[in-house]
Amino acid sequence: MTAVSINKHSSRFHLRLNQISRGTEFLFALILGLFALLCIIPFVFVVIISFTGESSISSQGYSFFPLSWSLDAYRQVLRLGDLLWRSYFNSFLITIVGTVLSVTLCILYAYPLFRRDYKFRSFFSFLSFFTMIFGGGLIPTYIVCKNLLGLSNNYAALIVPMLVSPFNIIIMRTFLQTTVPFELIEASTIDGAGEYTTLCRIVLPIMKPGIATVALLTALGYWNEWFLCMLYVTEKKLYPLQYLLMEMQKNSEFLARNSSMIGASGAEALKSLPSQTMRMAVVVFIVLPIACAYPFFQRYVVAGLTIGSVKG
Amino acid sequence: MTCPAKQQPLPRKLNGGQFQKNLALTTMVLPGALWYLLVRYLPMGGIVMSFLDYKLPTRKIPFPVNLFHSKWVGLKNFSFLFTSESWVMIRNTLGYNALWIVMGLVLSVAFAIMMSELTKKILAKTYQTLMFFPYFLSWVVAAYFLFAFLDPTNGMIVRAQQAATGTAIDWYNEPKYWPYILTLCSMWKNTGYSTVLYLSAITGIDRTQYEAASVDGATKWQQVLHVTLPHLKPMIVILLIMNVGKIFNADFGLFWSVPMNSAPLFPATQVVDTYVYRAYTSTRNVGMSTAAGFLQNLVGFICIMTANAIVRRLDEESSLF
Repeated sequence: MTAVSINKHSSRFHLRLNQISRGTEFLFALILGLFALLCIIPFVFVVIISFTGESSISSQGYSFFPLSWSLDAYRQVLRLGDLLWRSYFNSFLITIVGTVLSVTLCILYAYPLFRRDYKFRSFFSFLSFFTMIFGGGLIPTYIVCKNLLGLSNNYAALIVPMLVSPFNIIIMRTFLQTTVPFELIEASTIDGAGEYTTLCRIVLPIMKPGIATVALLTALGYWNEWFLCMLYVTEKKLYPLQYLLMEMQKNSEFLARNSSMIGASGAEALKSLPSQTMRMAVVVFIVLPIACAYPFFQRYVVAGLTIGSVKG
Repeated sequence: MTCPAKQQPLPRKLNGGQFQKNLALTTMVLPGALWYLLVRYLPMGGIVMSFLDYKLPTRKIPFPVNLFHSKWVGLKNFSFLFTSESWVMIRNTLGYNALWIVMGLVLSVAFAIMMSELTKKILAKTYQTLMFFPYFLSWVVAAYFLFAFLDPTNGMIVRAQQAATGTAIDWYNEPKYWPYILTLCSMWKNTGYSTVLYLSAITGIDRTQYEAASVDGATKWQQVLHVTLPHLKPMIVILLIMNVGKIFNADFGLFWSVPMNSAPLFPATQVVDTYVYRAYTSTRNVGMSTAAGFLQNLVGFICIMTANAIVRRLDEESSLF
């Protein structure tokens, strides 16, 4: 018993040898802790606000310790009814379809780039890489997508413009390079398997973690997307959740600024405006799926990014 | 990235197989390549519009026909560069980017090193999880986070100021505070991400190197300078080159949604990206907006090539391509 504790003690002492002093470590932990808190507190704050009663807000403003709690904001949000559920549905649809398509394209593009024996490897590698350092700019891309590809007021407009990402292709290719030994491909070819069979049967099972990383990054990208909607979509029924939130902001600003000019009808409209707390509730609606899934996907993203970005 | 494939000469018999293999692999690349051609390369042809007096068609005319009938105006579309408005947005774009590249680098490397020195691994894990969180949110959402503090009627900071001094700063109408606010927002969202990247690079360093250094009498600080930083160098350099290439491109979401599109803030929040968008949506001036976008890409391209060339000359290993 005593031997063990001495051992423990000495090993702890030993560990401390090439360590910073306790004081410095405490300081580091404090600085990092403050920053970490800063990262999460705004979200907690918004959640609290969304549950705060109107009376508490008018008397003491937004506070971490509201005087009264209420579910009014959420009742208001639910009263949006179709508009809300439709946007929620759109967000999920765009995210799921976009991710599946995007990841498929990414695997199909990255795999040949990983194959050292592929004849046009450097050409297609360059084709992808060049778009990272040069592009046509916003307006030509907008005109091409809208006028030539017909990406306007449809779901495709919210999915197609960000379908392929050279960054994800690099992550996927690097992942393949570090996890799939080339001999495996050779062996499979010698056994007479076609290229697609090799990819599906041999390579795919090995690269599952890489796929998970890219899929998560892509899904987050689609879930958080609102710029495409701003560019290509005017129909309300296609709005994803993010853009619905933006629209609410725009409308209420406009009415609030011009309420004196509009007169009685404006005042009426002002009353039916989404209240601040309600918009905070929409924020919670948007962040909730991410916050729920976050603990599970975080380590995949970390693992994947580490592999993908260490080697450019 | 573009290193040529090393091909072993194959026996003749296998050449047929070679052809089939390359064909199969090409069919895999094709959908992605097609996307690149349509969505990335075709618009590059559209750059020609920055030299044309391109008018949006009032009737339904096919785009190429309209393009063909537009008048060539040379560099006239670039004249916007010489207005005071554009000086402000160029200053903002370059200034913010330069500042944030340096600040982001210093902060995240420092955080990563500090994190690696924590002996309680559970603490480091928790911090990492919390710090990474903002990276996964959109700027639209983040804008509301800020709004909760700065809202002119109910914001927490505004109320606190009123309680303390009787008056509060009108945050959304006072541009002078926004360089600090935007910097804070940018660091808040992106530091966690790069900290995680650097931290994983640090954990990949062989521990025996530190032990050897410590046996030789190196202090912790010397170990950081002579072991940690040299190991991080390739990653720092690559991220730097990539960021320098984007020095003329601003994060649209940050500059668009966080200031809540408030016009009085434009002196501090207008950047090239938002300028292009606003110019296009308000005046539909295709030529000028294209010219601005083209300039952005051109400057970015030149910067990235220069940065890469410099790095290549100093240390070929760490260059990007």
